[in-house]
Amino acid sequence: MTQVAFHPDVFTWPSDDPQLIGGRCADCESITFPRPTSCARCGSTSVEEHLLPRRGTLWTFTTQGFLPKEPYAGGETNETFQPFGVGIVELGDDVRVESRLTENDPAALTIGMELELRVVPFRTDPDGTVVMTFAFAPVEQAAGEGA
Amino acid sequence: MVDVAIIGVGLHPFGRFGDKSAIDMGADAVRAALTDAGIAWPQVQFGFGGSFEVDNPDAVTSRLGLTGIPFMDVYNGCATAATALQLTADSIRSGQYDIGVAVGMDKHGHGAFTSDPVDYGAPPWYGEIGHFLTTKFFAMKINRYMHDHGISHETLARVAAKGYRNGVLNPNALRRKAISEADILSSRMLNYPLTQYMFCSPDEGAAAVILCRADIAKEYTPTPIYLRATTLRTRRYGAFEVHASWAAIEQDDAPTVYASKAAYEMAGIGPEDVDVIQLQDTDAGAEVIHMAENGFCDDGEQEQLIADGETEIGGRLPINTDGGLIANGEPIGASGLRQVYELVQQLRGTAGERQVPGEPRVGYAQLYGAPGTAGVSILSR
Ligand SMILES: [Zn+2]
Repeated sequence: MTQVAFHPDVFTWPSDDPQLIGGRCADCESITFPRPTSCARCGSTSVEEHLLPRRGTLWTFTTQGFLPKEPYAGGETNETFQPFGVGIVELGDDVRVESRLTENDPAALTIGMELELRVVPFRTDPDGTVVMTFAFAPVEQAAGEGA
Repeated sequence: MVDVAIIGVGLHPFGRFGDKSAIDMGADAVRAALTDAGIAWPQVQFGFGGSFEVDNPDAVTSRLGLTGIPFMDVYNGCATAATALQLTADSIRSGQYDIGVAVGMDKHGHGAFTSDPVDYGAPPWYGEIGHFLTTKFFAMKINRYMHDHGISHETLARVAAKGYRNGVLNPNALRRKAISEADILSSRMLNYPLTQYMFCSPDEGAAAVILCRADIAKEYTPTPIYLRATTLRTRRYGAFEVHASWAAIEQDDAPTVYASKAAYEMAGIGPEDVDVIQLQDTDAGAEVIHMAENGFCDDGEQEQLIADGETEIGGRLPINTDGGLIANGEPIGASGLRQVYELVQQLRGTAGERQVPGEPRVGYAQLYGAPGTAGVSILSR
C-alpha cells in the first residue's frame, strides 16, 4: 500500500516525528504557516524554512458537519461523509495554525487541551494509494496517570 | 469637503427569482430609488455597481438608458456594497459630481460560496483538505468568544430567532417565518456551535441608493438622510481572520474595530448616539461579536442585553430590524445597500411595522467579509 503526502511542502514525512513546515521572516522573525513567499507582518521576501513544534494547545475549534464543496478532495459523498474536527492550535510562542483534528466530538474537545501532530489518511485513490494529511490529536494521559 | 445626503433608496426583494437576472433586479432597484428621489435617470451623473457574480454590473445602464455616464464596477467581498457606497460618496465629496447612484446586485446558487483559495491568498491545498469555508471560521471565532466571555448557546439561538421574527415584518425578506429557539438549537449542526438556522444563506436581490450634494438635497426631498461617515478597513497583522491557515500569537483587533472607530471620529458622534443598528450577521455569533466590535457594549455584556430584549425593535439597541442577513440572505453585492435602505426607512419614520419607536435620528451599518475587510456607514436625519 503506497502512502503519499497530499502536498510535499506542508509537513516533514515520512517521519516518526513529523513537523509542519512553516516560514520564519529573516527580518522581523515572525513565523507563519505554511512557508510564505513573503512576510505578512513586514513584507520581507526573505522567509526561511522553520519547522514548527509538534505539540501545542487548542485555541479554538469547530466541527465540519457538511461535505465541503469543490475544491475539496476528500473523496467522500454526502452518504459517506463523516464530520471532522477543525481547530486553531497554538504552537508555543511560534504561531497558531489551522488544522484538522482527529477528534470530531465537541464534547471531547476543550479549549486549552494539549494536542500533538499526526499524519493521518485523508483519502484512498482508485489505485489504492493512500493520500495522507496532517491533523492534531489529543495527547493521551501519561501511562499510569488517572488509572 | 462637500457633505453628502441620501435622497432616494430602492430595493429589489431578497429571495429566489427563477430566471430573472441580477442585472434586471439591479435595474428594478435603481428605478425604485429614482422614483423615491423624484428624479429621472438622465439626472444621474455617475454610478458605482457592486456584484460578486456579475462581471459587469455596468450592464444595468442598458436597462435604464445609455446616457454615457461614468459607471464603475466594484467587488470587495462581503464589503462590496459598503465600497460602492463609499466610492459614490467620495466622488461627491470631492466636488466632482452632484448626484450619483450606488447599486448592488447578485444572484447566487444554493449553499456556500465557491472560489479558488489561491485567489484569496490562501495556500493552493487549502480547499482540497476542506478548510476553505467561511462558515468554519465564523464558528471558530464565536466558539473562542463564548469561552472567553461567557456567551451561551441559548444566546445564539435568541439572536437567530430575533432575525426570523423581524423577517416576518419585512415583505422584502427571504425568510418570513418565525422559528423557535428550541428549533434553532436542534437544527442540524453545520459547524459547532452554529446550527443550520443560525446561518444566513446566499440568495438573490438588489438595492440602490441615490446620493447627492447635501446643500442641494432639499430640492429633491423634504427628508434627506445625511451620510455622516463611510469607512473601510482591512485586517492588520495579528487579527484572527477568515481564509487563513495560520494566526499570529501577537493579537490585534479585527478590522471592524478600526473601521468603527474611524467612522465615529468622522461623524463626530459615539455609539451612545446611535438609535438603530445594522450589523453583519452572517451567523448569529457574528452579530454577538459585532455588537462589541462596533462599540455598542463590552465583551460579554451581550448575554444579558440579548436576554433582556435590548436588541429587539423596541429595545435600547435595535439591531437588524429588517431581519438582517439571517432573514434576508446575502446577495453579496446588494447586502450592505439593503442595510442602508432599512436605516433610511427607520430614520424617515417609514419602516411600518418594523419602526423603531422614539423617532430615531442616527443609524449605523457594518459589513464584514473575506478575506478580512470591514465597512461602516453612519447616517443621520
Ligand atoms: Zn517580517
